[in-house]
Amino acid sequence: MAQAPVTASGQGPVLLALRHVGKVFSNGVTALSDVDLTIREGDFLSLLGPSGCGKSTALRLIAGLSTPTSGVLDWRGAIDRSNIGFVFQEPTLLPWANVFDNVWLPLRLKGVSRAKAAPAVTEMLARVHLTGFENAVPRELSGGMKMRVSIARAMVTKPRILLMDEPFAALDEITRFKLNNDLLELWQDERFTVVFVTHSVFESVFLSNRVVVMAARPGRVHAELAIDAAYPRDEVFRTSPDYAALCRQASDILVNAINTSAGPHHDGH
Amino acid sequence: MTAIDQPVLTLDPEEAGRVRQERLERIGRWVLPLAIMILAIWLWDRVCVWNEIPKYILPRPGVVLQTLYDDAGLLFSSLLVTLRITFLSLLLAVVGGVGLAVLFAQSKWVEMSFFPFAIVLQVTPIVAIFPLINIYVNNQTVKLLLCAWIVAFFPILSNTTLGLNSVDRNLRDMFKLNGATRWQQLRYLRLPAAMPYFLGGLKIAGGLSLIGAVVAEFVAGAQGQSSGLASRIIEAGYRLNAPRLFAALILISLTGILIFLVLSLVSHLILRRWHESALKQER
Repeated sequence: MAQAPVTASGQGPVLLALRHVGKVFSNGVTALSDVDLTIREGDFLSLLGPSGCGKSTALRLIAGLSTPTSGVLDWRGAIDRSNIGFVFQEPTLLPWANVFDNVWLPLRLKGVSRAKAAPAVTEMLARVHLTGFENAVPRELSGGMKMRVSIARAMVTKPRILLMDEPFAALDEITRFKLNNDLLELWQDERFTVVFVTHSVFESVFLSNRVVVMAARPGRVHAELAIDAAYPRDEVFRTSPDYAALCRQASDILVNAINTSAGPHHDGH
Repeated sequence: MTAIDQPVLTLDPEEAGRVRQERLERIGRWVLPLAIMILAIWLWDRVCVWNEIPKYILPRPGVVLQTLYDDAGLLFSSLLVTLRITFLSLLLAVVGGVGLAVLFAQSKWVEMSFFPFAIVLQVTPIVAIFPLINIYVNNQTVKLLLCAWIVAFFPILSNTTLGLNSVDRNLRDMFKLNGATRWQQLRYLRLPAAMPYFLGGLKIAGGLSLIGAVVAEFVAGAQGQSSGLASRIIEAGYRLNAPRLFAALILISLTGILIFLVLSLVSHLILRRWHESALKQER
């Protein structure tokens, strides 16, 4: 391993520390091995890596959807499931329910009535630029709009940490850029913590203040890159030499990570 | 992007042809079966006349229609008896099928334990089971209901079970993340997700409950215990009253078609906004 982990400077208090976390599936596959990772309050942290490096598994562990085989997840500050928002790779909406009801769902499951939830839902829909689409059902929306609904649903409970599993991977580039911008805007306003799984170097560098590069077989943290560029980031940053240089750096680390991955490479997950 | 906002749409020959084709298909879907039906009835009538077939063997369509009118009182009161059994058994099939499916969905173990018995019940011909029911059950209505229910509940059970188990994995995780209770998961996720499957099963069960009711009446009617349409058919058979036999047959057929159409409509109304099966082809 060429790069020593670089800790991002000047961040908030520690929210979650993964210590020597490992996950072995029953079929013998080691998805994660000895992962050490510190997530700070207010971080926008990207997990970047090739397929099979365990980044989605790490996210599921953090979400509590799965338990580690070894090691611990050390949550600082009282945090439970209601403080966690999760955005899946697909929009994962209820196809029979309209936009309002989809966003209302997390509150509904906590026993909040439609009338009581309405202000929060309406506000969240405005934040993702979907005002006026309350009564549309998912099939009437474009892919980007569905993802916006999904983000609104994850954010409607005001979680302290938002976990995103390659949320924009299936979108076209124009839509993805727009959603990247809107997500950053939301994050800057609310200052929640984000853990963002992606296999796009450009996306991770544009969004995050920390990029954690992972290697595969077994999945592990390879290196960390601090992205010190100032927020707000916009199209000017996206076309700046700084951005290009940071992408180059991240890309080199990623190539390095892929080369150190044991075993044959295969596609898909 | 200028000068494209003229209201008249000029179609090239390919698109115009496609529009023509679609219009023809729309008309043909109704007209063709109707024309064939009329032709068949006409042919039926002609065959009777040409071959001088006596009406106790094959009555002319007009005679059947006349009988339907003349015997309306008798036939329709019998139809009501059959319909009552049909709908009651369909209702029970829905309650039983969905209830069992929900029970199965609670645990893989329950499903593994009991599903084979549902299959046994389904694959054993009802005609063979009926004599047993006849021995053990006294009440005539209960007898028929049980019979029709055994025939009709399986498609609902098997379809609904499939539906309840076909929920998107991510959606299930999403509910888990939000701390949904078992009941909430059933109410807000699994039951709605199973709806298209259930409605598919319901369409099959609707037809089957009619068949079940008629078969049950046949077996019971052979012992002179029933007053439904099937017993009218048996009776007419004994008396060589072919026109009435045909009239009863047509009534049963029409009832079956009606049940299917109504259930299709219900299914369409429930699913039209979100499910692929109910959406118009639009691109």
